Amino acid sequence: MGKNFEDIIKKAENYRVKYNNTFRDKIIEDMHQQISTILADVIQYKETNDLLGKIEKYVDLFLTSRIGGILVLTIMLSTVLWITLSGAGYISSLLGSFFEYIESGLRKFFDFLKIPELLTSFLIDGVYKSVAIVVAVMLPPMTIFFPLFTFLEDLGLLPRIALNMDKIFKSVGAHGNQSLTMMVGFGCNAAGVVSTRIIKSPKERLIAILTNNFMPCNGRWPLLIMISTVFLAPLVASNSNPLVGSIIASTALVLSVFIGLVFTLIISLGLSKFLKSLGSFYILEIPPFRKPNLLRIIYTSIIDRTVFVLARAVYMAIPAGIFVWIINHLNLSKTITNILDPFGKLFGLDGTIILSYIIALPANEVVIPALLMLYTNSKNFVEIEQLQSIYQILTVYGNWDWKTGICVMLFSILHNPCTTTILTIYKETQSLKWTIIATILPLVTAFSTLFIVYNFLLKHL
Amino acid sequence: MKKECENCQILKNIKNYTKIDYTIALVGNPNVGKSTLFNYLTGMNVRVGNWPGKTVSKIEGFFEFKTPDNKYVFKIIDLPGVYSIFSFTPEEEVTRNFLFLGSYDIALIVLDATNLEKNLILVFQTFDITSKVILALNLIDEAKRKGIIIDIEKLESKLKVPIIPIIASTGYNTNLLIYKALEIIQGKITITPAKYTQPPELEQIIEELKQEILEYYPELQNHPAIKWIILRILEGDKFIIEMIRKKAIKISSSQNIKTKSPDLLII
Repeated sequence: MGKNFEDIIKKAENYRVKYNNTFRDKIIEDMHQQISTILADVIQYKETNDLLGKIEKYVDLFLTSRIGGILVLTIMLSTVLWITLSGAGYISSLLGSFFEYIESGLRKFFDFLKIPELLTSFLIDGVYKSVAIVVAVMLPPMTIFFPLFTFLEDLGLLPRIALNMDKIFKSVGAHGNQSLTMMVGFGCNAAGVVSTRIIKSPKERLIAILTNNFMPCNGRWPLLIMISTVFLAPLVASNSNPLVGSIIASTALVLSVFIGLVFTLIISLGLSKFLKSLGSFYILEIPPFRKPNLLRIIYTSIIDRTVFVLARAVYMAIPAGIFVWIINHLNLSKTITNILDPFGKLFGLDGTIILSYIIALPANEVVIPALLMLYTNSKNFVEIEQLQSIYQILTVYGNWDWKTGICVMLFSILHNPCTTTILTIYKETQSLKWTIIATILPLVTAFSTLFIVYNFLLKHL
Repeated sequence: MKKECENCQILKNIKNYTKIDYTIALVGNPNVGKSTLFNYLTGMNVRVGNWPGKTVSKIEGFFEFKTPDNKYVFKIIDLPGVYSIFSFTPEEEVTRNFLFLGSYDIALIVLDATNLEKNLILVFQTFDITSKVILALNLIDEAKRKGIIIDIEKLESKLKVPIIPIIASTGYNTNLLIYKALEIIQGKITITPAKYTQPPELEQIIEELKQEILEYYPELQNHPAIKWIILRILEGDKFIIEMIRKKAIKISSSQNIKTKSPDLLII
């Protein structure tokens, strides 16, 4: 019997070869024809006085045109980011004081239970505080960014922009929808990686996952803003001219996103050559304009994106908190930064910056607090609101100048994804290989770019 | 638009429902209002998980439907929105495999009245696999606004499957839709969906292979998807070929199998 079956399969194969594998095309072609015949008989079109439809058509034309689309996109994204960043600081400090309140309660409780001081310090300074700080810095920007973003998505605006971008992305072997996943990446790279599910074709999806990290997330914006405002803007404008200063600072920010974009496109091109075997197939469709559904927006943005990312972040923050606690308690930070210093100097950074990035593996948000902690020799993360005070600490204790600023900025845009994102990449690709590549690839890109920029350009200025 | 699904009842606490009478597989292209219908019927009272081994979301919900003499608990599975089931993408694979091998009582295909041409490929492909189908023609209000007039009776006579015009966002006519679906499930209406015709030479090859496959695996004789299976073999679909080689196709699959327990969920 079994042999008989193999014969049938062989026969089918012969037919397939004979017809040059065109069965499917033939069937589809036939099907289309029959569908057209059926529908010609069933559907009638009538002229209507449909004003709404006409408006929709013109709005569509505008949004899918190159200039209109990019204009709307820029305005929308900057507005969303501006609202996010200005609103988040406020909520963050509220959350911060709330967590401090809990902390004092916890200390009293531990005291009451007569728990040894070392253990109290480990649990509260190490575990609790790192979780609290990650939640306090990550939660507010996400709760503002994601509902706004999901609203635009639901409205049908974003898919039109994706269509606009398709040409650019297609030319590097990627998918137009990658522009959407990159925008989600502005909010959070982990969420950006999850959002690549909208790219159905395996090759293009993998490219979008591996390059999402080049879009600076919420956690990196404060650092980028700080450097462009206090290190780069004064280069051109004196401090007495705030308007020119802020224009320079914004230009620097836009430029940093642009650098991220350029790297995304270059790496995508490289990957698409490398991944040829994965196969690709896709249709890009514009959904109709819709009245956004508030419930769904809240559900998608809060449950699907915020809570889920935060849960992973907390999970990754605990070991990092323990790590910081240990190096602080054993007074290891000076030793480690001294060891890392010569390595950092190769790239225009220093040992403290490298260690800060190691500490900030679970969340990019804590890079500045970690830098300040290490430079000022504190036991805990240091949070300072005033940019000028941060500037003073960095220049006085850390010997930063504008060149360091540029190097850190580049490193921030190009370096490895945070552990939350890495974990998410693993969950999405189900592959250790791609997870490792997703981690190493940006890191190599960051160090090699910095090495070139610093040694061949900045050093000689 | 006043008529809503007055006989439908959203089930508040789905955990308490172990008894499920019938399962509906919700099929359709992306952006046709499939999820809107799903949310309307289930009140967003859903379980979300992943399909085994895939990063494709699996969404299912429950609702209750009353008829004059009985009431039924329905499980409804929102299959991933796809344009076809040629199985290029993970979504297409999930949908295709569920339609072919999953247990459900009826496939409810949601169509976009403003964009029928693109929808019908999936319709014909679904007809290939199962004959327990019903069509919901969604967005008829929008089609009317755009001046698209669809002769539903005529379309019905061509596809040979009941078509119910609905507006998923308001729930318009969903009552009739579920009622009709129930009639099909319970065998009160028998359906033989229209098949599209293949080029004659291909038809001949299919017939030839079909006889040989039936010799090897006679139980497939009355399988509704027999022709589809042959076509997959002809195309060299490894997954299907393996299933035939192992004779692993449940003969009654997709036909009247009642899922009694929701325990098989991956959450």
